[in-house]
Amino acid sequence: MAKVRGTGMAAVNYPTGMNLGGDPSQALIHATTSGSFNVVLAATDLGQGLRTVMAQIAAETLGVPYEQIVIQTADTDTGPHDMGTFASRATHRVGNAVKVAAIEARDAVLQLASEELEASVSDLELDGEGNVRVVGSPDKSLAIADLASRAQFQYGRTIAGRGVWMKPKSEVDPETGAMDPDSTQAYACTVAEVEVDTETGIVTVLSIRSAYEVGRQVNPKLVQGQIVGGAWMAVSHALYETTEPYYPSRDHRPKDFGDYLMPGPADMPAVESVVLEVPSANGPYGVKGVGEMTANSPIPALVNAIHDAIGVRIDTLPVTPEAILRALDAKQAEAAADAPAPAEEASA
Amino acid sequence: MTADLNIVGKSVARNDGTGFVTGRTQYTADLAFPGMLHLKVVRSPVHHARILGVDLSAAREVKGFVRALTHEDVPHNVYTILGLIGVEPEEEFVLAVDRVRYMGEPIVAILAETEAAANEAVAAVRLDLEELPAVFDMEEALAEGAPVVTHWGNNTFIYEGDTKRKVRLGDVEQGFAEADHVIEHTYRTSPIEHAPTETTGCIAVPEANGRYTVYTNTQAIYFSLDNTAIILQVPNNQLRFIGGTVGGGFGGKVDVIVEPLATLGAMLTGRPVRYVYTRTEEMQVSSTRSAEIITIKDGIMADGRIHARKVTALVDCGAYSRQTPYAITKLAANAAGPYRIPNVWIDAYCVYTNRTPTSAMRGFGVTWVTFAHEIQMDRIAELVGLDPWTVRFLNAHRNGDTKPHRKIVADATLIETMQAAAELVGHELPAEQRAMTSAPRDAEGGR
Amino acid sequence: MPSSVVTFQLGDREVEALVPPLTTLQSLLRGQLGHTSVKDGCRQGGCGSCTVLLDGEPVLSCLLPAEDVEGRTVTTLETLTPPDGLHPVEQAFLDHNGYQCGYCTPGMEVLAAALLERNPVPTRVEIEEAISGNVCRCTGYESIVEAITAAAATSQEAGR
Repeated sequence: MAKVRGTGMAAVNYPTGMNLGGDPSQALIHATTSGSFNVVLAATDLGQGLRTVMAQIAAETLGVPYEQIVIQTADTDTGPHDMGTFASRATHRVGNAVKVAAIEARDAVLQLASEELEASVSDLELDGEGNVRVVGSPDKSLAIADLASRAQFQYGRTIAGRGVWMKPKSEVDPETGAMDPDSTQAYACTVAEVEVDTETGIVTVLSIRSAYEVGRQVNPKLVQGQIVGGAWMAVSHALYETTEPYYPSRDHRPKDFGDYLMPGPADMPAVESVVLEVPSANGPYGVKGVGEMTANSPIPALVNAIHDAIGVRIDTLPVTPEAILRALDAKQAEAAADAPAPAEEASA
Repeated sequence: MTADLNIVGKSVARNDGTGFVTGRTQYTADLAFPGMLHLKVVRSPVHHARILGVDLSAAREVKGFVRALTHEDVPHNVYTILGLIGVEPEEEFVLAVDRVRYMGEPIVAILAETEAAANEAVAAVRLDLEELPAVFDMEEALAEGAPVVTHWGNNTFIYEGDTKRKVRLGDVEQGFAEADHVIEHTYRTSPIEHAPTETTGCIAVPEANGRYTVYTNTQAIYFSLDNTAIILQVPNNQLRFIGGTVGGGFGGKVDVIVEPLATLGAMLTGRPVRYVYTRTEEMQVSSTRSAEIITIKDGIMADGRIHARKVTALVDCGAYSRQTPYAITKLAANAAGPYRIPNVWIDAYCVYTNRTPTSAMRGFGVTWVTFAHEIQMDRIAELVGLDPWTVRFLNAHRNGDTKPHRKIVADATLIETMQAAAELVGHELPAEQRAMTSAPRDAEGGR
Repeated sequence: MPSSVVTFQLGDREVEALVPPLTTLQSLLRGQLGHTSVKDGCRQGGCGSCTVLLDGEPVLSCLLPAEDVEGRTVTTLETLTPPDGLHPVEQAFLDHNGYQCGYCTPGMEVLAAALLERNPVPTRVEIEEAISGNVCRCTGYESIVEAITAAAATSQEAGR
């Protein structure tokens, strides 16, 4: 009876987006006469920070401060069509649609500015703080807020943009499975350390350390939210949760949080990570997407670490204390038998 | 490129944070409307049965009872969410007609003045059911003589005339013959509940102009509207869906389960109707991630290269397939892992059993095969006497490689990501692994 | 059975409410009184999203009969939030992204406020124990613990 430690790793990739009847999203942007910009979407923020990320993309493209962006979502009477928030698609597709719309709105700003400043559009730049100026002549500058007001009241012109981004549906060849199911893929590599109590079967997760490659982080702190929350959910999948503890038997199904087990705050180790950015070819500012992948790579890393600790492979999830103890018993029984073959395969 | 960006790449404060930290943000179930009715559902208490009769007489006597909805009230009583994009067949009902196929399947919806009255009326409904044999084990469901769950007679979803989604690259049997080692292992996983802290729910409200507004915590607002319009046989623009604040989704709020019945109730009573899942419904009735049985057979060369990989995946979709046929296609595209393997054979089955229908969940189609192929990689390492990092560097795909589904690899960074992880944990990689990149292989396919 | 009258302090105001039998404190607060920061995650005492303070002590309002607060003081996030600005705990949660979907957040913050009132410099273990009855499905708890730690530090600096 001992506490034994082990280390395990796993490396995975995760695709961005869906291949279900086409995967489009739209966005609409218009300037108010006070120079802020309304971005109208039907996309859904699940709490991961979609409203923030879209505002950042819009602000970046329009060259205005983040605080000048208002995100409105989700109302089908005003927001144009969007497939939904899932498949790690939102930052990529909705972000692309927002960027396209913002480019059209920005071009309207630049066009008006070029007329007022009597300079060609190619000689203008955005200062990122809400002003348009002639390159090399900082005194020849106009505030976008003022341009927006004059557009409405003096020129009768709109400062607005429409954006759509679609990944077309790709048919799947019924014989070969040939298909184009995603726009890009992100990568993760996790190393996990565990300590297994061979008397109780309880696994303590000592550390989860990962590298993630996500194309581009729009908001690093929000990416951290996905990394830590995802690691927690992975620990839960690997060691705790199930709707059918004796699957495929339907007995003892949990009905509330009291019997649907998930790790609590004291059950989690520090989650360390490093994030790489290798911009994708087709995401807004090189974005790939991260929301689902972070819950995947720690699962096999943990199970590989358990094997490193106790010398038994467990191929059934979740790896509960019962599963550990049964695996250890099976290993002991095999070792006790006369057969000289290495006893290292066991299914819970 | 980062140096050129002003706001993208910055950890700016969330623009919706104040509402969350003060508790002022309104979630769907926080809303209330005058005259609002409560909808509760009579659900099958057994796994598989013929419905011989439904007796509403006692329910109608409950004080506060307003109306019952049965399958006869539903204009297009087919609930098949991929039907929007032409995925056949139509297999699930909004309200059961003559059969129930899982414990919890909706049979009757009760509308009442209060939640308590609705619950009391639900309990007063008498069901006359003839129980049928049920099947819970996938391998049993696929065998001869198994109880049949579907209405078309066998327990698999049909992909273009075949019982499985296939991926075929090269020749695996030849590959196994050429390999130095052949190993085969099976991995098993469990159904998982999304368990968001906020349960699924909506409130459907009749508007003065004859339209209906549905406040919902769906993850996909147009998907929900379009499906509801089909079920209710109304023009799409008669409906307005408002949402965008979700207390956790994780894929569990894309099934369009509550909106059709609530909206129907609002249409038939002229009053707002609230249909919000209880925690027990969320736990036991709402869709789950599928359990899977994944068998990986590999032909390995002595140096650790995977020369052939055959993956057989059984995916337990439960009584109705919902989004799972799509998950299986996604699974087939990812089951062999981010590795360059010249011979790949994947068979992925969508298997019906008499359990809660499954649907999308975080990592849909990929989470479980990821688990399987990464345990398998460690087995390969042990088999040929390599460490786990080396076997992965050796097999990692790179730009220009061909994936099993024949898409050419682009934006690859598996190698760089592993290098970064090794550095993070202080694992010293040998020089040749440190020097690797995801750049396309040279003309001879060498390193 | 007839309804009963329950009189109690809700923050700094006195409330007189008419409650039907079997009304929970959660139902009273969310419904009649409009304190929807009190969430409704399970009604089984399993998630903690309904946490409020009763005479300063955390209770699960979904398990408490409304009549039980007669003559006592109930605190919700609404009563803790100042008319303008933020309570120090709220500011800390905002600054440290101690939330994602926000559904567990009111319960966590009410707990944190009660914790810091009785234990102004809690250890990490004490914080973890205090919130161990509250479910978060999004954050993995780290940012919540960080936010509460930061709130404690801020309060210490402010000389509370």
